[in-house]
Amino acid sequence: MLIDCPHCGARDLSEFSYQGDATRTRPDPASTDTKAWIDYVYNRPNPAGKHREYWQHAGGCRAHLVIERDTLNHEIRSVALARRDYNGGDAA
Amino acid sequence: MVERASPLGNDFRPGSYGDFANGADVAISEVPKAAIVEARAWPGKENALAGLVSSTCKLKLSALPNSGAANREGVCAFNIGPGRFLVSGAREALAGDIAQAVDEETGTVTDLSHGRTVLAIEGAKVEWVLAKLFALDFSNNAFPIHAGRATAHHDVFVQIQRRGEKRFELYVFRSFARAFAKSLRRAAQDVGYTIK
Repeated sequence: MLIDCPHCGARDLSEFSYQGDATRTRPDPASTDTKAWIDYVYNRPNPAGKHREYWQHAGGCRAHLVIERDTLNHEIRSVALARRDYNGGDAA
Repeated sequence: MVERASPLGNDFRPGSYGDFANGADVAISEVPKAAIVEARAWPGKENALAGLVSSTCKLKLSALPNSGAANREGVCAFNIGPGRFLVSGAREALAGDIAQAVDEETGTVTDLSHGRTVLAIEGAKVEWVLAKLFALDFSNNAFPIHAGRATAHHDVFVQIQRRGEKRFELYVFRSFARAFAKSLRRAAQDVGYTIK
């Protein structure tokens, strides 16, 4: 499987490491809503199909990426740098 | 500065090795670099940092992914990630010059001179040998002279710059350099190699 890193170009999967679900929204740190925190920390939807994920090009440019992957066939639909300042990615 | 001992060990010594009956097709050597520096830009300051490094080192460096540059004095630099450049040269004061030139609003400079070892591999079969270790396209079109790549061979991070038609320089963590040099030598066994 190849992932098309926005900085390096297409690279082998072995250079990348999975960093987790990119659809979660962190509750307000001051919140004491236990259910919201349990959902954020533990509960995952595990969809069959399109999924947004954080990956890191750990064996390359070391950039964090947001990848849209199909969990049924591992098709990579989009790859973007996670950092908002670079190209409209969604991480601060 | 105290002269650094080579981390490559006693068996990395000049000579011909492998299948060199019909001549060695590659040569491997350690490149003495007195200064190796990583310059990193804050987001949005990539072009400003490339400009500062360029003017300090007399290079034509750009912030484009995978790009690089070198000058006649042997100073070379290449892009190893978004807003990150690896700069090296034979002049020890280079690290200090860059650190002084890059202000805190533009980015940071880290002296890696003691943390990296640079191996050069050159010769007719250089692309063949490197392709055994890295899943990269080493052809001239895909990987032009002065361009750089950040990649890994198993767990060893390697940053590669093409320095000539048939010459590449490989930057590896110093503590992994001996093991990596052994892998490189093993990969060159079938074409025959010399250590210079």
